[in-house]
Amino acid sequence: MLRLEKLTKTYPTGDQALKAVDLEVPAGQVVALIGPSGAGKSTLIRCINRLVEPTSGKTWLDDQEITGLGSRALRRARRRMGMIFQEYALVERLTVMENVLSGRLGYVGFWRSFLRRFPQSDIDEAFRLLDRVGLLAMADKRADELSGGQRQRVGICRALIQDPALLLVDEPTASLDPKTARQIMRLICELCAERGLAAIINIHDVALAKLFVQRVVGLRFGAIEFDGPPEALTPEVLTRIYGEEDWEQTIEDAPDEGEEEDAEEPREAAR
Amino acid sequence: MSTTTAAGDLDLLLGRKWKKPPFIKRPWLRWGLIIGAGIYLALAIASVPVNWARVYEGLDRGAAFIAAFTSPDFASRWGDIRHGMMESLIMTVAASVVGILISIPIGLGAARNIAPLPVYMLCRGIVAMSRALQEIIVAILLVAIFGFGPLAGFLTLSFASIGFMSKLLAEDIESMDKVQAEAIKATGASWLQWINYGVQPQVMPRLVGLSMYRLDINFRESAILGLVGAGGIGATLNTAFDRYEFDTAAAILILIIGTVMALEYLSGIIRAKVQ
Repeated sequence: MLRLEKLTKTYPTGDQALKAVDLEVPAGQVVALIGPSGAGKSTLIRCINRLVEPTSGKTWLDDQEITGLGSRALRRARRRMGMIFQEYALVERLTVMENVLSGRLGYVGFWRSFLRRFPQSDIDEAFRLLDRVGLLAMADKRADELSGGQRQRVGICRALIQDPALLLVDEPTASLDPKTARQIMRLICELCAERGLAAIINIHDVALAKLFVQRVVGLRFGAIEFDGPPEALTPEVLTRIYGEEDWEQTIEDAPDEGEEEDAEEPREAAR
Repeated sequence: MSTTTAAGDLDLLLGRKWKKPPFIKRPWLRWGLIIGAGIYLALAIASVPVNWARVYEGLDRGAAFIAAFTSPDFASRWGDIRHGMMESLIMTVAASVVGILISIPIGLGAARNIAPLPVYMLCRGIVAMSRALQEIIVAILLVAIFGFGPLAGFLTLSFASIGFMSKLLAEDIESMDKVQAEAIKATGASWLQWINYGVQPQVMPRLVGLSMYRLDINFRESAILGLVGAGGIGATLNTAFDRYEFDTAAAILILIIGTVMALEYLSGIIRAKVQ
């Protein structure tokens, strides 16, 4: 359903973040994308919905080539790709409901959205989603009043109300405590299964990823180093992706202590 | 091997006093700048001419001025004062509203993170021009074009508000949280929706605070603009001074101070509400 063909991104500084990445994700499959900081995981998923413009290569969503679209068609295509962010990326001064409904912006006209007069079907769906993630009572709270786990749930609702075919998930658990992290990962994977969504999940926590996904892709220096089922992640493979370290614990233990220390963004700790 | 050297370094440091490294490292440059600044200050103060005899004479006039504040005369020129105040308030509010409305699109255009380069250059150019021309100079020009009266004052204040508001609004937009805006873009929102949902909520408190501050500035400026014929309470004040009616002038100044304080108080309340 999603197909990347020799996707390459070279930043103006000369850093080659992605080196001709080929990847295919069938409909309904949840893929974890692992790799050390700076391996190009964030760049990869941002190149798919073109928040970052790829330098060369092609992206196909079903039979539409995303990389060649003009701005109007790109906006239309973005509706089919819901995105979930590391630091939740809710608009903090808007209410929970506004944040969820903002996922419908690609579908409604400017004046409707400006006056917050969304179609009744969108409003009903927003309430349904909030109820599904257990936040119905919070609908009229401001986003900055919520806790981290609650915010991420709102972020999930915002992505799902787009009625996407694909979820792009960027470090969904990096700022959360281990328990909440597991709950959020479980929720994302359950919702993907319920709705038959494909997802690419960037994640640092290898052990957590192994618990929930069917397929793991390892990225190192902008190139795919590993692609296989979670069981195939042996210490040798992890050494190839991350470098030398004692990997036995990561593979065997339950992931309660699984928060990686060298998280990609330094602000993770600064919350 | 390396551990022994580290231990050696540590032994050297233990027991030594620690001071924060100075901002300017080279001692001769540091002391040169400090002494130079001291000499400059002394010479500068010494070079200001003071005519003590004139100051002595002036003390009486100053005393009369201050004494007038103890007996401000609101009554005898009340008609003029009221007319001037109304004119100033109308001028201030109208100029603030028009200035702010115009400065929002220019502010958006002057923010490098959302505007393309040509738009950015154009808007920055407008901002620079508005800020480079001081109010008094603009007012003199506009009085020459439109004649005496509040129209010139209104246009001057609108023009000045644009530079001020656009620049500060643009700076706030440039320092917004990029990820929140990015998230809205990722939903497939159009440009206007993106501004409305991703950018506006982030800069709204600052915009409201700045607007209140600008309203306050515009009112104070309107008292000055009267001096060059651009209408408002400044014109009334100027007339009072010309007639040596210090008690009327005092009444006007008290009204100006009171209004500015009221605006200050109001803006405090409003800013707390929109946070």
